[in-house]
Amino acid sequence: MTKILEVKNLEKHFEVSKGIFSRNKTIVKAVDGISFEILKGESLGLVGQSGCGKTTTARALSLLDPKTSGTILFNDSNDNSMINIDDLDEEGMKNFRRNIQMIFQDPYESLNPRWTIKDIILEPLNIHNIGSTEDREEAVKEILQTVGITPPENYLPRYPHELSGGQRQRVSIARTLIMKPRFLICDEPTSMLDVSIRISIMDLMMKLADDLDVSYLYITHDLAVARYMCNNIAVMFNGKLVEIAPTEELLQNPIHPYTKRLISSIPIPDPTYTRENYEIDFTELRSIKAANQDSSMIDLGNKHLLSTNEFEGLLY
Amino acid sequence: MKNNNNKIEKKLRREAFSKNWKLFKQSRLGMVGLYIVFFFFILTILQPILFITGFWNEAVYHPVVGYDDLTSDFIVVDCPKEYPTEKYQSRTDCPARNEVNIKTLFYNTAEVGDTIELNLQPAPPSRRHILGTDSLGRDVFSQIMEGSQVAFLLGILSATLGVGISTLLGTIAAFYGGRIDAYLMRQSDLVLMLPTLPLLFIISAFAELKIWHLAVVLGTIGGLGGSVITIKSQALQVKVKPFVDSARITGGSNMKILFSHVLPNVAPLALLFMVFSVTGAIASESVLSFLGLLNIEMSWGLMIYLAQVEGFIFSGMKYWWLILPAGLSVTFLTGGFYLVGRGLDEVFNPRLRKR
Repeated sequence: MTKILEVKNLEKHFEVSKGIFSRNKTIVKAVDGISFEILKGESLGLVGQSGCGKTTTARALSLLDPKTSGTILFNDSNDNSMINIDDLDEEGMKNFRRNIQMIFQDPYESLNPRWTIKDIILEPLNIHNIGSTEDREEAVKEILQTVGITPPENYLPRYPHELSGGQRQRVSIARTLIMKPRFLICDEPTSMLDVSIRISIMDLMMKLADDLDVSYLYITHDLAVARYMCNNIAVMFNGKLVEIAPTEELLQNPIHPYTKRLISSIPIPDPTYTRENYEIDFTELRSIKAANQDSSMIDLGNKHLLSTNEFEGLLY
Repeated sequence: MKNNNNKIEKKLRREAFSKNWKLFKQSRLGMVGLYIVFFFFILTILQPILFITGFWNEAVYHPVVGYDDLTSDFIVVDCPKEYPTEKYQSRTDCPARNEVNIKTLFYNTAEVGDTIELNLQPAPPSRRHILGTDSLGRDVFSQIMEGSQVAFLLGILSATLGVGISTLLGTIAAFYGGRIDAYLMRQSDLVLMLPTLPLLFIISAFAELKIWHLAVVLGTIGGLGGSVITIKSQALQVKVKPFVDSARITGGSNMKILFSHVLPNVAPLALLFMVFSVTGAIASESVLSFLGLLNIEMSWGLMIYLAQVEGFIFSGMKYWWLILPAGLSVTFLTGGFYLVGRGLDEVFNPRLRKR
């Protein structure tokens, strides 16, 4: 399998100055040296608690905020080689931007309230100047059909506030897909939707991933959603990766105490069920670490990677 | 198909307008303001129509060079030296209406008790002159109409200019941040700190101020002042919205994002500022022309100024048509624009809406 994206030691630090006159600045390490790779057509779920750096990672990947250090390699569609996005010239950058898109959490804020649905979906085509006017209009209608907003003619001249939350999220998915990107970053796209719509949006995204050969980085704090959507799951804590593994492997056989705790916190809709309260226990992790002292990520086989970062003082 | 789309678009636009109109109609104050502004707007366009149709003769009704030779019969009296007398309570009661003091008739051979014909200026309201004439025999109602033309021209011109400047600067400050932001904010602090009226006095001392010049000066001072800060804060809110981020990921340039995403979302607030700054412009014009600092043919402030220099301002009870119409016009038009602004505020600011 070819990789679509490879991230090596990505870091994003923020400087927080303590006042106008004080010289010393505190550095917040929002993302602190994370590495992962995503294969073509597969999806990686990035899970973790609030403020652990998931969204910062996404913003650094989509070049919204400049990263502090680290390399991001992206698959070149021409010769199937990995190219460093720091080395891209203007033309290459344009190409990169065509191939990467982001779906945001809040469907109420991610569409410009003063634009019609048609203008919103047309925007990427207009920015990159693709096709003639008629072609663009046809493409908009087609993509609206694809995401299940039918008949498209009725929706084109409407404004976002006339649509429901689920329809809006479909529109923003349509907007991201109209450029036929190869990689999509989804920043909790279903967390603001109600449960009945959530599953239909997730099904839509999975279907589109199969049809259009799109790879996902799926950010969520809901392990159930990640299990439904993703081939692999990466657990993040405090700006660092904790554990990466294929979905079932991670859920059945978690090693790291933080992952175990996260899995034990999944609510089970059964009133008679009493939750097993998992106590943080580092003994297993310590023994594995003692056996593999040289590498930064321990490979346990079966694509299961475990981080050697020190979290002992932070978990309680 | 295209025709159908256009139809839907038109219908939706009409619906959006009628929805906003309904919201505006809910605010009673806003409607009152709109009626007042509409009334003055009718006055503004009525004067040229009256002249062109020949209903009004320009020689008589022109606000600046018109003259009407009104005469009336007066009884010649001799005002007593000491008050009160049987007929007069105090010095200001003599001469009463339709009487003339014999001591003020320099070249007339009339005697006390005679009835003579004299020019009547300023003439009180009559059927011929709805609001009377001023001391030079010019029609006051026509002057009010001319003044409202000046007020609309100045108010709308300076407000448009000012809001244009402040919207552009505010969004640029929010969008680029850093040094540009710091510079623009300090500049608007400085302009806020400057007292507007004394500054205008100084400008009028060194340069001739006509209505266009005043509009530019007021627009610039208003546009660089506090509204930049408010519009910047609104633009900051828009800037962090995900739709701006997604345009950026797609590769939209800064200029494109500024003009297609940020500016349209700041526009309602800018419109609100525009309506409020019309009020300020009209008020400062009145103050300046009342002080005689403007090179202007006719305005409401100038009417009160003329009443004052000709000594009628302390006889307001007797010569009310020289002072009240102009004063009330300024008050009502500025108030009307303010109320319209309040009504628009309720439309654009959902938190002020009644549910």
